[in-house]
Amino acid sequence: MSNATGKSHPQLAAVFNQDEPRVDWHDETLWWIRQKRDVQAHKLPEWELLRETASQIKNNVLSNLSTYLEQFEANAINNGVIVHWAADAKEHNQIVHQLLQERGINRMVKSKSMLTEECHLNEYLKEQGIDVIDSDLGERIVQLANEPPSHIVLPCIHKKKEEIGDIFHEHLGSAKGESDPKILTETARQHLREVFLTRRAALTGVNFAIAETGEFVICTNEGNADMGAHLAEIHIASMGIEKIIPERKHLGVFLRLLTRSATGQPITTYSSHYKKPQEGTAIHIIIVDNGRSIQLGREDFRNSLKCIRCGACMNTCPVYRKSGGHSYHTAVAGPIGSILAPNLDMKKYADLPFASTLCGSCSNVCPVKIDIHDQLYKWRQVIVKEGYSPASKTIAMKAMAFTLSSPGLYRSGGKMGRLVFKYAPFAVNNGLNPWYKHREMPKAPEESFGEWYSKRKEGKQ
Amino acid sequence: MKVALFVPCYVDQFYPKAAIATLELLEKLGVEVHYPKNQTCCGQPMANSGYEHLTAGCNSLFVDNFSGYDYIVCPSGSCTLHIKEHLHSPEKEEQAVDIRKRVYELTEFLIDVLQVKELKSHFPYKVGLHQSCHGLRGLRISQMSELVAPAFSKPAQLLDMVQGLELVPLSRQDDCCGFGGTFCVVEEAVSSKMGKDRVEDHIEHGAQYITSADLSCLMHMEGILRRQKSDVKVIHVAEILNHSHE
Repeated sequence: MSNATGKSHPQLAAVFNQDEPRVDWHDETLWWIRQKRDVQAHKLPEWELLRETASQIKNNVLSNLSTYLEQFEANAINNGVIVHWAADAKEHNQIVHQLLQERGINRMVKSKSMLTEECHLNEYLKEQGIDVIDSDLGERIVQLANEPPSHIVLPCIHKKKEEIGDIFHEHLGSAKGESDPKILTETARQHLREVFLTRRAALTGVNFAIAETGEFVICTNEGNADMGAHLAEIHIASMGIEKIIPERKHLGVFLRLLTRSATGQPITTYSSHYKKPQEGTAIHIIIVDNGRSIQLGREDFRNSLKCIRCGACMNTCPVYRKSGGHSYHTAVAGPIGSILAPNLDMKKYADLPFASTLCGSCSNVCPVKIDIHDQLYKWRQVIVKEGYSPASKTIAMKAMAFTLSSPGLYRSGGKMGRLVFKYAPFAVNNGLNPWYKHREMPKAPEESFGEWYSKRKEGKQ
Repeated sequence: MKVALFVPCYVDQFYPKAAIATLELLEKLGVEVHYPKNQTCCGQPMANSGYEHLTAGCNSLFVDNFSGYDYIVCPSGSCTLHIKEHLHSPEKEEQAVDIRKRVYELTEFLIDVLQVKELKSHFPYKVGLHQSCHGLRGLRISQMSELVAPAFSKPAQLLDMVQGLELVPLSRQDDCCGFGGTFCVVEEAVSSKMGKDRVEDHIEHGAQYITSADLSCLMHMEGILRRQKSDVKVIHVAEILNHSHE
């Protein structure tokens, strides 16, 4: 895992940037997806209305979350589904383990669930001697490479097809040097077919849980969630408490937004509804909090829970595109991850709200209108107040604020060779200044505007 | 109409020409411009770094300097946005609220308030227009590419009035330049790469000048252009609009 190194976003991003052609490739790949999103969005004249509607539905959900969750639970139980509640990642993982243990199952197939990444379920189950195979192609690739996903929708977007060929050659026996995506996909398909047919347990994520009916919906392009769930005797569905939508009719709003925002497709290939178990099989839903109710209690940050995990904020983010998902050292990378992660561990993720220029593109592609960049700004204030900012930065900022609060100090600083900016981090012209590594300093003019203006005024008199 | 000129600290210290052009341009358009001489900084460098609680001094100074004008005009979208969103003063909150409503970025002031329809400027060069993020997505002086909404651009509308000027198209019309205040040093690698790529887009499309309604972006891109020993120059939009036949 990249976060095992204890390195911060700027350090990891600097390493990523050592290979500039690779940065260009990563940036262009994600920008291409952003453009696909634009094409799809512009085909719908009602796009902005859809975003607003989705946002309001989710606001309503967050304001009445406990009611909807209880309604969902009651309806799910009525449908013959077994419902579990997990306060945190540990409880979630233990419930999964117990369900498998009761049935003597030691191999499970999984379909993409970012929640289980957040809970580090794979590592936990491995320690308990249970083998988990991720069945989404991208997820399987990073699993074979022993890496975490770098993107919530496109988990192996950081890998080139030649590298995937090497991984498949090593693990799945494809020909050496084979990098044709069609052949590689077929290799994975054959390998996964055996997995689907032999696993007795399947775990999936949940995209939407409908309070009105107690059913849940999973969106995939590969159909692998269905394949796993239909062939297994137990289907475990893990969902965060925020996945609720009130009624079935609301689903259309979200399905129209989700993949257009995520990959630039009009809709996912499979939007599968799960309501009641087939005879002889069981469906278990684990409803997970893991810090979400704390976030719900933070007024400035609660609406981050509106997120439907489309990844559009990552594709559009110039910092994400040029630093790679692993630089964020958390399960959910990019702008949305940077406002979610500090809630879980403020010290560990104190760097993430600063990994942004506050350009605001994220908030404006977001299909549920989360004010991501405003929350990044607000997290910065919280992190500094809680004392997770470097002491050197605090000293510099205090000195700068002191100078800029006094017209006299400001002016005399200017006269001394534009020294007014001596505490501004970009204004020291030496090799230690990070600005200077790739950029020249602005040239200091003979006189400031203020000085010019005084002379002009005197001249006029 | 009594207008106060708000010259951001780094413009005052490093780019006085842009402020001079703003002043001259407004005067040419018949505006009575005042320059409150005890102004310093809007406080954004501290606030965006997480130290908004240290900006009380800057805020109070700002309120003292800029109260009582019809409009406050600034040649920087970013600083204007900061005042609009974050100017508070516990003792003088009413005045702070009033200022927040009266502060305008230069191009939006020219289009929305003065309703400028023609200019006597001349600038016979190929120019790339960089949309600063705070002007674009914060003040909405242009339409951003993220939204499904009609296109417009106040800076481009003004540049179209300039004789001889040719605006070059860009591959990415509103990607960020990577300055981001302290971001430019904290995230040096990503920031520089973003700046490099933005500059490259303008150069590829034949721009001789890169202009913007925000000097912080231009300062960043100028740093990169000068390191590359490029002939391409940066110029604030006010300097172009104020540029006449020589």
